[in-house]
Amino acid sequence: MLIKVQHRDPNQIMKLSRLGCFHQSKLSFLRSFIREFKDWEFKSEIFELDKEGYGTAVYSVSNKERTYSLVCFANKLDDTERSDRVIATKWDAAFVIHDGLPSKDDIDRLRENVPKQEVGRCSFKELALSRANRSVRVFNHVIDSLSNGIQPNKKLLSEVGYLYRTTAVYGSGKFGLADRYRIKDRPEINGPFRIEMMLVYLVRQFTFDQVNHIAHKKNPNQSVKLDLEISRQLGIGNSTGLGMAPFIINHPALLHQWIYVREEALRQIREIKKVSNDDFEMFKTFLELSKKNISNWNTDSEFQNVKINQLKEDIQKFENNCLNNITVEKEFFWNEMYKWVEKNLTHEGVEYIVSLMMEPYDNIINLLVPQMSSDEDHYFDIPTNRSTDQLKTSIEKSYPDIIRMDFSIDKSNENFWYISKNKEEPRLASRFDEPGSELEQPLAIARDIKELHARLSSHKNEELSKFLEENSDLRHVVRRCHIVEKLPYAEIQDNSIGSELMPIDMLRLKLSFFGAQKFDPRSDKWLRICMYQGAPLMHEINKSNDTWIYN
Amino acid sequence: MQSSSEINTISKRAARAVGYSWGVAEEVGKCISSIEMFGISGVENLNNYLKTIKGIEPEGPKQIEKTNKLNDKSLCPIYTGLKLIDNYKSVEEIKALKFINLDYPLLLLPFVNKLSYLIGKRIEISIDDINAECNLNSCVLADHQIKSLIIKKANTVKINILENEDSFSSKTWNELYEMSTETFVEETEQSKQTGAGAGLRDND
Repeated sequence: MLIKVQHRDPNQIMKLSRLGCFHQSKLSFLRSFIREFKDWEFKSEIFELDKEGYGTAVYSVSNKERTYSLVCFANKLDDTERSDRVIATKWDAAFVIHDGLPSKDDIDRLRENVPKQEVGRCSFKELALSRANRSVRVFNHVIDSLSNGIQPNKKLLSEVGYLYRTTAVYGSGKFGLADRYRIKDRPEINGPFRIEMMLVYLVRQFTFDQVNHIAHKKNPNQSVKLDLEISRQLGIGNSTGLGMAPFIINHPALLHQWIYVREEALRQIREIKKVSNDDFEMFKTFLELSKKNISNWNTDSEFQNVKINQLKEDIQKFENNCLNNITVEKEFFWNEMYKWVEKNLTHEGVEYIVSLMMEPYDNIINLLVPQMSSDEDHYFDIPTNRSTDQLKTSIEKSYPDIIRMDFSIDKSNENFWYISKNKEEPRLASRFDEPGSELEQPLAIARDIKELHARLSSHKNEELSKFLEENSDLRHVVRRCHIVEKLPYAEIQDNSIGSELMPIDMLRLKLSFFGAQKFDPRSDKWLRICMYQGAPLMHEINKSNDTWIYN
Repeated sequence: MQSSSEINTISKRAARAVGYSWGVAEEVGKCISSIEMFGISGVENLNNYLKTIKGIEPEGPKQIEKTNKLNDKSLCPIYTGLKLIDNYKSVEEIKALKFINLDYPLLLLPFVNKLSYLIGKRIEISIDDINAECNLNSCVLADHQIKSLIIKKANTVKINILENEDSFSSKTWNELYEMSTETFVEETEQSKQTGAGAGLRDND
């Protein structure tokens, strides 16, 4: 007998309190990037840095058909000028992914523009743009140690986790970069953020090459290279602010694909009738290994520490009360285990176990990863020949909790999203204390859906085209209703402007799909993470077995 | 060069800034980036148009009819375009439509192109003496000069929905078909017996 497992209910999964508990998994983009590119050739093409490490470097990634290059520009930056804020105008290093191998003219052109980031211009030949700052705590210590012939302090390195942290990674048409449509049909790009993941991976290699170079120039006779095992345990940090949050609201079709694929993976795994002992052993091995990542998860954030402790307690509870009492002899073992987890653990624990359940199943995951891209344009048109009654029914089905929210009270309307004039970046402000709410971005989806639902009550059985004539101000959410009808995980089922909003839940959702670990909130609006910690180095990527995240 | 994504975003925000709703502004962004892809001056026309309507309330036709005009002002190409795509079923029934006094008529072009896609038929559009043809939102055929034009107003814009008909005669088709048969192999008695795979009698 087989069982039919349903996808989990979007109205439960798409709550921010749940999405803010997502963890990296086999679906994460860092991991799928390495799986996709592990057989490509990675090379250092140009490395022209002065003794202090300033200059230009180029790395290439090639197969028989195509080459991508990372072009790096490392510049002198006074400590007083270093800032992770998006309003910064100077960085320790700036990077761009160039489509092909750059000519000398390309490099000269990029040198003039890439270090300027948002105020420079790239061309359709460039695919992603980024900048990064050194971790002052670690960078100088590593140079001093290596130049004196000793390896740096592992404990310090472990606390920080990286030599550099990026403060933005731009792609898809920003600042003149190539639009996604130019490259989306390339098979190796068939997954979201592949180019951005490539950039971060190559930047990581640059950071190692740069410290080795500076240490050697400082003391050619005595210096040593950074130990390979230490290097592997270093990733690239990332400081992420509110810019990421509107992205997931503005890309509903893409958000759906990410969540849907995760839910589909879980559904398929729960439907496995006979689970092999090897698969169960693999699950247990990764659970054990992953505990190291939790114990090394350092943050000053009280919010995050509560979650980390919840996770630790959940894992303990899971091991004592579930894992040690079950065997794979039972049919639909994963399904039984999942049901126990859902009933007994917090969201942190549930989503952690869901991620781990995917580990043994390359056969399921590899078929799903290519479905994690989406074309928003495909869902843009509003079917205006439908009736207002149909739309109202659809809203009641898709947004059951949202239409019960009360937006007549101030706390439901506490915040508004806007774009700052000086940096053209998304910001969140208090509607009642700060100016600018008349220029609010269309991100208050729950409020506007609720309003749409109310107005539809007085437009019974009209053609939607007629309704839109008189209610043009709600056109953006009419569009979304039709998207979420087809793509049930396209919408966050929460209030994005309420007083209880934790924007970092939105950031964590996106970053978990990137494959980030060790979320370190610095406030409720920005956080630091680490990417590629434990990943194979450039010279050994072809040996990667996709388990590096647990190294 | 500005990317398509930048053109979309900036057009959307600018449209919102002069008073269109966010939902309408989203349509404007898509439309302008799409005609720029065809090499038509969407950004120039939009910029000029948005400057002229600051402080006034642009309008489209109240409802789609054979001849569309406003009594006291000219038609807004954005609201007119939206009216066309939102009412594409009525438009298909009317077949030939006329718009009198339409501001910045090139801004109507991407909406007509979208309309062509929604209806599934090619559409001829004439903007006074300039002619173009929209083909299922995948291309716009037009007089070459259209590329650099900024047209402030059209006295008359006509759109005509073309029926899906062959552009060639049946004689031409037959000639081409005959040529194509030269790739076929003549049947023999044996190939009739064994080549097709299915049984010779289907009533067994």
